[in-house]
Amino acid sequence: MRINCPLCGERDLVEFHYEGSSKLMARPKDENDMDAFHDYLHIRSNPAGLNNELWSHEYGCRAWLLICRDTNTHKILSIDLARDVKTKGSLD
Amino acid sequence: MRISTVSLLDRSNQISFKFDGKRLFGYAGDTLASALLANNVKLLGRSFKYHRPRGVLTAGSEEPNALVSILKHGQLTPNLRATEVEIYNNLEVFSQNRWPSIKFDILRINDFLSPFLGAGFYYKTFMWPKSFWEKLYEPIIRQAAGLGRLSPVADNSKHEKAFAFCDILVIGAGPSGIMSAMTAALSGAQVILVDEDFICGGRLNSETFKVDGKAAFEWAKINVSKLRLMPNVRVFSRTTIVGLYDGNNYAGIQKVGEYLENPNEDLPDSVFWRIVSKKCILCTGAIERPIAFRNNDRPGIMMASAVRTYLNRFGVTPGKRIIVFGNNDDARRTVFDLQAKGVKVIAYVDSRKDVEKIPKVTSFINSVVINTHGVNLLSGITIKTGDITTFLKCDCLAISGGWNPTIHLTSHLGSKPIWNEAISCFVPQPKAVPDMEIAGAANGVFSTRMAMKSGVFRAREVLKSLDIKYEHIDVPETEDENYNCEPLWHVKGSGRAWLDFQNDVTVKDLKQSVQENMISVEHMKRYTTQGMATDQGKNSNVNSIGVMSELTGREIESTGTTTFRPPFVPVSIGAMGAGGSGKRFAPTRLTTSHHFNEENNAPSVEAGLWYRPNWFPKKGETSWRQSCDREVEMVRSKVGVCDVSTLGKIDVQGPDSAALLDFVYTNKISSLKLGKIRYGLMLREDGLVMDDGTCARLGSNHFIITTTTAAAGQVMRHLEFVLQVLRPDIDAQVISVTEQWAQFSIAGPRSRDLLNETCNEEISEETISFMSTLSVSIGDISACLFRISFSGEHAYEIAVPASYGDAMIRLLVSKAKKFGGGPYGMEALNVLRIEKGFITHAEIDGRVAAKDIGMLNMISPDKTCIGKAMANRPGLISDQREQLVGIKPLNEDEVLLAGAHIYCLDEAPKRVNNQGHVTSVCYSPSLKSSIGLALVKNGQKRIGEKFKMVDHLRNSEIIVNVTSPVFFDKTGSRVRG
Ligand SMILES: [Zn+2]
Repeated sequence: MRINCPLCGERDLVEFHYEGSSKLMARPKDENDMDAFHDYLHIRSNPAGLNNELWSHEYGCRAWLLICRDTNTHKILSIDLARDVKTKGSLD
Repeated sequence: MRISTVSLLDRSNQISFKFDGKRLFGYAGDTLASALLANNVKLLGRSFKYHRPRGVLTAGSEEPNALVSILKHGQLTPNLRATEVEIYNNLEVFSQNRWPSIKFDILRINDFLSPFLGAGFYYKTFMWPKSFWEKLYEPIIRQAAGLGRLSPVADNSKHEKAFAFCDILVIGAGPSGIMSAMTAALSGAQVILVDEDFICGGRLNSETFKVDGKAAFEWAKINVSKLRLMPNVRVFSRTTIVGLYDGNNYAGIQKVGEYLENPNEDLPDSVFWRIVSKKCILCTGAIERPIAFRNNDRPGIMMASAVRTYLNRFGVTPGKRIIVFGNNDDARRTVFDLQAKGVKVIAYVDSRKDVEKIPKVTSFINSVVINTHGVNLLSGITIKTGDITTFLKCDCLAISGGWNPTIHLTSHLGSKPIWNEAISCFVPQPKAVPDMEIAGAANGVFSTRMAMKSGVFRAREVLKSLDIKYEHIDVPETEDENYNCEPLWHVKGSGRAWLDFQNDVTVKDLKQSVQENMISVEHMKRYTTQGMATDQGKNSNVNSIGVMSELTGREIESTGTTTFRPPFVPVSIGAMGAGGSGKRFAPTRLTTSHHFNEENNAPSVEAGLWYRPNWFPKKGETSWRQSCDREVEMVRSKVGVCDVSTLGKIDVQGPDSAALLDFVYTNKISSLKLGKIRYGLMLREDGLVMDDGTCARLGSNHFIITTTTAAAGQVMRHLEFVLQVLRPDIDAQVISVTEQWAQFSIAGPRSRDLLNETCNEEISEETISFMSTLSVSIGDISACLFRISFSGEHAYEIAVPASYGDAMIRLLVSKAKKFGGGPYGMEALNVLRIEKGFITHAEIDGRVAAKDIGMLNMISPDKTCIGKAMANRPGLISDQREQLVGIKPLNEDEVLLAGAHIYCLDEAPKRVNNQGHVTSVCYSPSLKSSIGLALVKNGQKRIGEKFKMVDHLRNSEIIVNVTSPVFFDKTGSRVRG
């Protein structure tokens, strides 16, 4: 696989760390809401198709990336800096 | 037998080689197979299961039979295909799978036992009783079965890895590949053309027709030379693309030194390529398929196309009396070529009804070969026409069951090929692979001219998608005949008819598979092992599907297709792991004191990627324990110096740095005063402990935090995750400075004296109290001093820029010696921390919660932090969890073992009774006893109780006392000095 880092350009898969679902971006606000934390930490869909996920360009610029990937073909449909998405999201 | 001069062979360059100890001769340009056939060596090995005599079947990488071992520089490499091996002077080759000799092989008894050794034999016979498997069946099977033998010496082969990038990768340099590459190259694209042969050209090197009025091989040579000279083209011969992976990654294996007698020392045997190409044109041609009939596996039976290759390319005839048997027009070409070279063709057998006889050759039309005869070699065949059988003597039978496009790479990403009834073969689905076009015979275009046209057409498609303007190119005049194939999967009759030569799978085995309801192709494969040998069934997959379709009465489409997986040809593990053997398996990280450690004969221990000194032996010390005990006593009584630079150091700056640290540590950091240090605990979001370390406040918006050596990378990534993904609102920056600072621990009662001898500033309780930091200077160098302790002693850590690390360790050690101190290593460091009950990742192993290590009160109630929510789960605060305790053997002469388990005294040492396990052990010179840390169920409340420590692996069972994890200086008075 090749990943086109928004900061570094196209790089080989070995430079990246895969973290998991982009669900991890939406950390529950209420510390006492165990159900929300349970869902946040443990419940994942396993789509055959488009999946939003977090990667880190660990051996490059160390940016955290939000990637939309087709799990059937490994085709990457979009790549954004997680920071940008999160910042925009909080402004909305 | 060599019969003619051919241009692709260098007759002026005679080469001598050895086969099973016998000296033979060939020419430069010969493969091992052609050279052996030229020397009339036709028996090359024995088959896998029945030990049937076997000879060369093909002339390419699909060869199932002619596997040999090559001895080179003391190294024996098994299972090389004689059809691909280039001969060089003094090449030493051995036949395989025979004992004691190839002509008399003891295990051919298996052949007579064949009724018992059919499909499913292993499953059925060797299943029970279970205990027999390890002791009896497996050793016997291992002795008898197998392909080749491994070299008994360590692998000293050399491999390299390399990367290449291009616009268009053309795989295969036959008619379509050359035209594709030429079209792409003339249009200006960056092109890589690869071919597995050592001479590019594919079938053009094996056929006698003309291209553009020139001999086909000549045309290929001219055009490939042209390509080689173009600056935008790279031609890799001897290179096989073995796998296709996501993102247009192609894996290739290139032979470099392995075909040379004495390769230059710098040359690797092979190079493992990763080629990233925007587009690909697959021009891999086709593989001729055999026909299954009784005893079709004798040496002397050969693919018709291979007979033409040996004849036309190598000037070798595989026999003097040849019969050709086929089901398509291409087979007839073999007769004409043999006749042209003056080889006697005894007969032509064609299974089709309405085809013409061949002039001057006894032709059996609408006929099949039903049996073959011979002892080790083929001596004759039986032909059946209607009800009439004819026996004919011959020493070679050329067979052709039609052609299968070589489409393996198209299914590596999961696409299934589709059946094309008109040409009776599987072809790739359109757009089987994104960014790949398929040209020529690989796409079922079998005539040479049409294949060339297809090469140009596909290249144009690819150029269009790359927005490169196509330059016109003419397609040369050449062979353009029909192929007219009528499928013939197997000839019905009694006896065994081989499908998979390498794994000895016959039509009978498939019948049995169907009888036992294994009618899915995938089940049949696993049951019979068809297609599961090193050749991956290149000759047998499609035939087996054909036979399955007949046996089950289903159409081929509904019978199934095969799944081709990488690698296309076997690749040695050494090549795939190129660059990763020995020390190069992982990067080596050295501390700045490494030279000092080596000069002082300190043995290294690997800590992650780091190499750290284990102990510093003194004259007269004969065991590590002596050195370690001395170093511990030295730190406890005087002073010791230890390099602790490997601990992760992260610099945190920015207006919100305190807020960041409050969020990632369980305890409050924002309240930390300037110049002060606090111990910190980090949790994962699931509430389990991630890491611990210290946090020093160097400025109001500036902190430096430390991590354990093991978790340095994880913590850094975690902090970045928090800042970028969870809380971009926090205005702080983090950067790893682990390698920028060399840091040394100075521990022991004389540590302050040592520092006062070293630093320009006065070091006192007033200037630097416990858990605080101070900027100091040593000569002209600025340094940062931290008063922290991992040993329980009055101790400091001093950080200097890494470039001064080497000078610093030498300075500190020389000063330490004045006070009777010296350096200490990892063993002593470990003992010092176990005596104090300090944890490492042996304890916080990812399954441990804060309460388990007695740190529940470190989770601040006043603020939120990562992991706090989940740390309160009942399961993580239950008393039934394993908790950190100390353990000591009841009898002080006995030794604790890390990894051993803890059981109640009156319970059997079984898994269900497990009470916990030992995490760290050492011999404590301070307590004169073996001591350890352990995680024991409800341990904090069971201090004072006795348990059994049992290690089933090392056969130890002793009684232990559970104690507080702090063994030494329980009040902590020493650390405050
Ligand atoms: Zn990047």
